[in-house]
Amino acid sequence: MSSTAAVAIRGVHAEHHELGFWRTYVFSTDHKMIGRQFLFLGLFMMAIGGMMAMFMRWELAFPETAVPGFHWVPEPFMYDGAIPPNTYNAMFTMHATIMIFFVIMPILVGCFGNFLIPLMLGARDMAFPKLNMLSFWVGFVAGIIMIASFFVPGGAAASGWTSYVPLSAVPVYTGVDWGQNLWCISLIVLGASSLMGAINYITTTINMRTRGMTFFRMPLVIWSLFITAILLLLALPVLTTALALLLFDRMAGTHFFLPPGGGEPLLWQHLFWFFGHPEVYIMILPAMGITSDVVATFSRKPIFGYRAMAYAICAIAFLSWIVWGHHMFQSGMDPALGTSFMLTTMVIAVPSAIKTFNWLGTLYKGDIHYTAAMLNALAFISMFVIGGLSGIYMACTPVDMYIHDTYFIVAHIHYVLFGGSLFGVFAAVTYWYPKMFGRMMNETLGKIHFWITFVAFNCTFFPMHILGMGGHMRRIYNPMQYDFLKPLQPLQIFISISAFVLGSAQFLFLANIIWSYLRGKKADDNPWRANTLEWSAPSPPPHGNWPGAVPAVYRGPYEYSSPESREDYLPQWELPEHAQAAAD
Amino acid sequence: MLEHLWFPHDISTFGPSVDWLFEVIFWITVLTWIAVTVTMIVFLIRYRTRPGRKAEYIEGDTRLEVIWTTVTAVIMVVLALMSRSTWADIKEHGPPGDVFYAVAAKQFNWEITYPGPDGKLGTKDDVTVENDFHVPVNKVVRIDLTSKDVIHSFFVPSMRLKQDAVPGRTIKVWFDATEIGTYEIPCAELCGFGHSGMKGSLTVESEADYEKFLKDKYAAGQQ
Repeated sequence: MSSTAAVAIRGVHAEHHELGFWRTYVFSTDHKMIGRQFLFLGLFMMAIGGMMAMFMRWELAFPETAVPGFHWVPEPFMYDGAIPPNTYNAMFTMHATIMIFFVIMPILVGCFGNFLIPLMLGARDMAFPKLNMLSFWVGFVAGIIMIASFFVPGGAAASGWTSYVPLSAVPVYTGVDWGQNLWCISLIVLGASSLMGAINYITTTINMRTRGMTFFRMPLVIWSLFITAILLLLALPVLTTALALLLFDRMAGTHFFLPPGGGEPLLWQHLFWFFGHPEVYIMILPAMGITSDVVATFSRKPIFGYRAMAYAICAIAFLSWIVWGHHMFQSGMDPALGTSFMLTTMVIAVPSAIKTFNWLGTLYKGDIHYTAAMLNALAFISMFVIGGLSGIYMACTPVDMYIHDTYFIVAHIHYVLFGGSLFGVFAAVTYWYPKMFGRMMNETLGKIHFWITFVAFNCTFFPMHILGMGGHMRRIYNPMQYDFLKPLQPLQIFISISAFVLGSAQFLFLANIIWSYLRGKKADDNPWRANTLEWSAPSPPPHGNWPGAVPAVYRGPYEYSSPESREDYLPQWELPEHAQAAAD
Repeated sequence: MLEHLWFPHDISTFGPSVDWLFEVIFWITVLTWIAVTVTMIVFLIRYRTRPGRKAEYIEGDTRLEVIWTTVTAVIMVVLALMSRSTWADIKEHGPPGDVFYAVAAKQFNWEITYPGPDGKLGTKDDVTVENDFHVPVNKVVRIDLTSKDVIHSFFVPSMRLKQDAVPGRTIKVWFDATEIGTYEIPCAELCGFGHSGMKGSLTVESEADYEKFLKDKYAAGQQ
């Protein structure tokens, strides 16, 4: 490293150290701090969203009985501890809204996008650090608005996370007034936050890669975050538009979606799902990238078919724009159109299959280390396989006619979003924790959390396929009102008990995060002996990420067990041997 | 309990082809799942780390990529083509109708309109009742489905039939029930606080019983 450059960089670096508490921990422009802030926001909201799920599971297993310990909740939210239908509707609406917009997106995209993109590409920060800070704080405000909506008269939004009109467009249909307005406003504000993030990710990835970091030397997690950012940039304005129209219908007397004034209810569904299907991939692509990186590292092998994996991410992203109609097969949309959406939906299974086979190929003849991060990444693969395969049922239009709006769909989305995205989150937090906080997470606690979660997850969500095959509708408050569902009630009870175990097990994960932060073993720079660039920085990296010059990159990200190296890894930043010899 | 772990008994003419497609997909997905999971478990056991073990440096295999891409694509496209005709029979066109009704959904009931003695819908002698839907067995039933407020979904699990009812649109639905009995018609699309419990009853009965039912209803309607 040239000494003048080093001095100059240290000079810049020293200035950063003078930042006070507020600029360091609260209004920080450092991408790593913003990443951590998104992580804590996501974990906090996960506790709220998870609690909603626990209430719902109580109601479904023991309909119309008091939830133990909740007699104190005032009417009309609960009646002496019993959940009334409107509160139940608000719970599943807010459970999904919070988990999708305030847990999975902030953690996978907000936290890991922010933390990893500059570190893995060799940049000192994002392209627009102030915009990045604004992105977090705007998202934070959106979260406050969403939580505030619980406490307004009429309670929170109760028309489902999909908010189908006219139900969501006219207050008397649900009895919810400001709750639904705040729901719209919060998501419009959150959309602005995501757009700022997306612009930052795209600009940083295109312009700020270090010397030698070509596109095809980027780790797959960066590929996935880059493509996700493009999806965000193009999809979110559609949602924002739809939300604005909905808000006008609710508050300004317009009739965009209301038939009495000439409006069209299906327009909402088209707009919503035109955003909503790319959104599904926004939530799964980063987890796929994370899994690829973790599986390669702990198999000590190059990822199988790196280019095929990168192309598959692009193919999924492209196809995600032309499949939205598969959410609308039974909606009254022209059935002939349904046939074309069936075809495109079947085709999107292809890149997903490519990814799965390549992960298997990566394990083949590897040297597999079973760390907690690896276990969670393997769970991602096996659960994503189930979630992907169950998607074929609803892609088939005649079969969808039967299982649409049943628990089969609930099972499918949870295999993809919990079995997929959340196991991806667990893997990512465990894997990058040492870099984020400078300490290792407790492996034993991590493995205990993994096994309980894995078993309880399957006991909770697998039986929902069977409920769905029995015709069990989703979003109903009391299954015992239907004769044909009464025989399925024992299964509901089994699911609820599993769900309580699943929910409780997440405290182990939170405890591990807190305990390891205080008492965890100090992490060295590269505890997993990994190849990608973030592991060349100190743990945790200082302001500016590298105390000296930004390292250059000489090879791809997955050169594990390469014949060129005596070790079983060959970091991207290590000088090639001939260059080393020349330097000596 | 065990007999409830599969579909409810089917009483429609198109139900068997829906169930057959489900079963085709069931076997494709179950076999794929077994293949993937067994392969994964074998790899996980065989290639677990041991002292002195080093992974083999394999970057990929273009031939394999081409094979699994093609095979998956072919299976998926064939599946889509196989499903096409069943879908078209149920939703695009169907047999000519024998009996005609109008069903309007509203929070939180199904309004069933019978055509009255003149056999025509939209005339003065139409009779409307709530939630009590009677149809003759083995006749092609045609329904004009609509909604008066929010979106509902007309769902008859025993016939695998589901169609959203959308305000501002009239959607044609048909079925042909093959077994006498009483079945539930739940609403399958969230429609408000009374969504759970919004259900009608579908009575499939013999021609004679059906005629008698109509006569009683029409007599009641004219009073």
